[in-house]
Amino acid sequence: MILGYSGKFLEVNLTTGSIREITFDDDILRDYVGGRGLATKILWDRLGNKWGTIDPLGPKNTLLFLTGPLTGFFPGGRTCVSGKSPQSNGVVGSTVGGEFGVELRCAGYDGIIVIGEAKKPSYLFVKDSDVELRDAGHLWGKDAKQTVKILTKECRELLKKRFPRYGEFKEPAILYVGPAGENKVRTAVVAAKWAHAAGYGGYGAVMGSKRLKAVVVKGTGPLPAVADMKKVKRLIQVVCDNAYEEELWRRWGTGAAGYEVGAKTSSEPVRNWQDEWHDERSFGVDQFEDRVWIKQFWSDFGCPTCCLKIAMVKNGKFKGAITDNPDYELQAYLGPNLGIFTPEENVFLASLIDDLGLCGIQTGNVLGFAAELFQRKILTKEDLDGIELKWGDAEAFAALAKKIAFREGVGDLLAEGTYRAALKIEKTKKVDVLQYAVQSKGIGIGAHGIRSDKDYPEIISYACSVQGGDHTSIAALPLSGSGSELWEIFNDSAVYCNFNSFGLKRKVKLDFYKAVTGLELTPDEWCNPKALRILHLQRAMLLLGGPDLKWNPKIHDDNPPRFYKPLPSGPYKGKRVLKVKVEKDKKKYYKEAGWDESGIPESGTLRKLGLQDVDKALNKIRHVARV
Amino acid sequence: MTKEKEPIWIARELSRCSGCRKCEIACSLYHEKRIWPEASRIRIFMLVPGVEFPHFCAQCEDYPCVKACPVKALSVSEKTGAILVKFNKCTVCGKCIDACPGRIPHMHPTEKHVLICNLCRGEPQCVKVCREGGWNVLKKVSRADRAYKLYARKPEETTRDLAVKMYGEKAEELL
Repeated sequence: MILGYSGKFLEVNLTTGSIREITFDDDILRDYVGGRGLATKILWDRLGNKWGTIDPLGPKNTLLFLTGPLTGFFPGGRTCVSGKSPQSNGVVGSTVGGEFGVELRCAGYDGIIVIGEAKKPSYLFVKDSDVELRDAGHLWGKDAKQTVKILTKECRELLKKRFPRYGEFKEPAILYVGPAGENKVRTAVVAAKWAHAAGYGGYGAVMGSKRLKAVVVKGTGPLPAVADMKKVKRLIQVVCDNAYEEELWRRWGTGAAGYEVGAKTSSEPVRNWQDEWHDERSFGVDQFEDRVWIKQFWSDFGCPTCCLKIAMVKNGKFKGAITDNPDYELQAYLGPNLGIFTPEENVFLASLIDDLGLCGIQTGNVLGFAAELFQRKILTKEDLDGIELKWGDAEAFAALAKKIAFREGVGDLLAEGTYRAALKIEKTKKVDVLQYAVQSKGIGIGAHGIRSDKDYPEIISYACSVQGGDHTSIAALPLSGSGSELWEIFNDSAVYCNFNSFGLKRKVKLDFYKAVTGLELTPDEWCNPKALRILHLQRAMLLLGGPDLKWNPKIHDDNPPRFYKPLPSGPYKGKRVLKVKVEKDKKKYYKEAGWDESGIPESGTLRKLGLQDVDKALNKIRHVARV
Repeated sequence: MTKEKEPIWIARELSRCSGCRKCEIACSLYHEKRIWPEASRIRIFMLVPGVEFPHFCAQCEDYPCVKACPVKALSVSEKTGAILVKFNKCTVCGKCIDACPGRIPHMHPTEKHVLICNLCRGEPQCVKVCREGGWNVLKKVSRADRAYKLYARKPEETTRDLAVKMYGEKAEELL
């Protein structure tokens, strides 16, 4: 057995109620590591031959909660959630911060594989090797804060009853869905604590479709044995010291960006990306800090950075709203993107989005999209069930967010996410609304634009990513470079917080991997074949897609149309992305990745990676892509 | 600064805790040679998100746990003032937990003895890592004649107070 792993995984069949322990061969763990990498392998092996027919929101989808060998050791604990994505119909390795992964490993498991569909609302309770499905009827319909409260109490009481002489039990770790997940909203998250979410991918909807309200874990064992604990200790210190130097993130988290990404780099979504520049000082981090932050440092397991802050509105009509900073993405998407420029309104919306179990990015994207259609009179007040969806009206956006979470009225349409909603609206309104949909392959673009060329993503970052608009997994040239998607795959497969790895040499990460697992791993070997293999599995499943939508690289390996329009204001006014440049970079990227001209992985590449069956499966789309 | 081997106390400012749990990591690495949150002598409770705080021995001046132990497995270190557990004597009866006003001691998850902070022979590892971060919940101070036992409180009690401090009236909904 490879060190650094608990070695066992749980497989839970919700249809039959059977729960068993399974293992993976060392070769698989060596090649796919864990988290996102292992997810692609599990999903391909189990669903690959019928991928196009699997409904992500049906009982045949497989839902994964996976850790990696570095989870709990590398400062900043996370857990990877995956499965067939109801947003992209491919695979997204969506990670969420918190103690869940650590608790799970301390319970003796590296991951949980959930199959089937429960007859009634249930939750899974894991206490070390005691694993049971419990009724969640009393939790169904409950919002985030109530769900966390009830489960924390209930499970601690259970533990006290079962182990009366142990002393006080700490809270177990919980992953859960809110009402949006229950209602299979495609922009629903799998959440932890409060305001912690695996958002990209839409796995909250998958959990809801399986009637799995939550997974609760208390592990009382140690983290797995490692190859060299002395070295692990030293490397923890290296990572922490590096983070302590980063004053900006410790003091402000990503909260400074709500103003700066607009004012300085002109790459923040403003009114559904009609602009990317604003200079609204009312949205400055100082105002967040002074008026609404009630906790300056809020951490997950082992984290030295504390990029999270807790905010609460103390007065006015939004009094009592609680959320995190909000972090930059929610600042932007539930702020300037909706024409909102005050901390109180932003905290109010972010708090509501958390409570409903929605993704702030994807829901902010679809809310902005709807507001632009209202601005352009394509959607009327009647279409919006009487809501006057004006820019800057936080209460109107809140009303619509609630409709989305419960799939009420127009909310049912918007609950499909921006792209699918756009296709439907085009049909009924006979207007090209896709030009206002700022997404890639069903996934709304993260709040980092590319037009000004002053932010970190490149012009092909979203067009060529195997996770669409996900700003945490962007494609970049060269493919073997440290900014490429292959290294995001490392973070998400070893499963730790990439925020604590910024500024660290790649060598530190690989040394960490070796100190934990005992396995030597060079940067070259990681890029090719290991990460490249994972990338190809993701690319293949993304292109196989289905059942409701399929992607043709010729059409869909592209930016949202809006990015080809010039920025209308600010210091980078007039800047836009040039289509010819995108095509040129795409060609280069395809070549480096080993894909043919139409963006399909070449047979030779796949065979070299040992993916012969993937090659065979892609034959059916090769021919379509070429016409 | 404290003199070497002088009785000490870990001063604490609970509402500053970030919940990073580096204290749990350091404690279990020192005492168990593993990262083992449940075997840590200091444990961070988060019964309400945002309300994280360390729960560990307050070193009450009247030592009710020591008095309650029926087999004399607990004693007070003359050098540091810490409570020492004789592992081979402990019968895991739990009487020390019931005697503690804060129900602070808890059982080792796999071994047959109770866990109580022993101040790492005067150099508490939790304090070291906590201070590194710069937000300083914990501080090593000389032991004085103070009402330390006030800090021996049940997790629910501390949670309630800190939640009210943080969230005001809203706390009732969250508890």
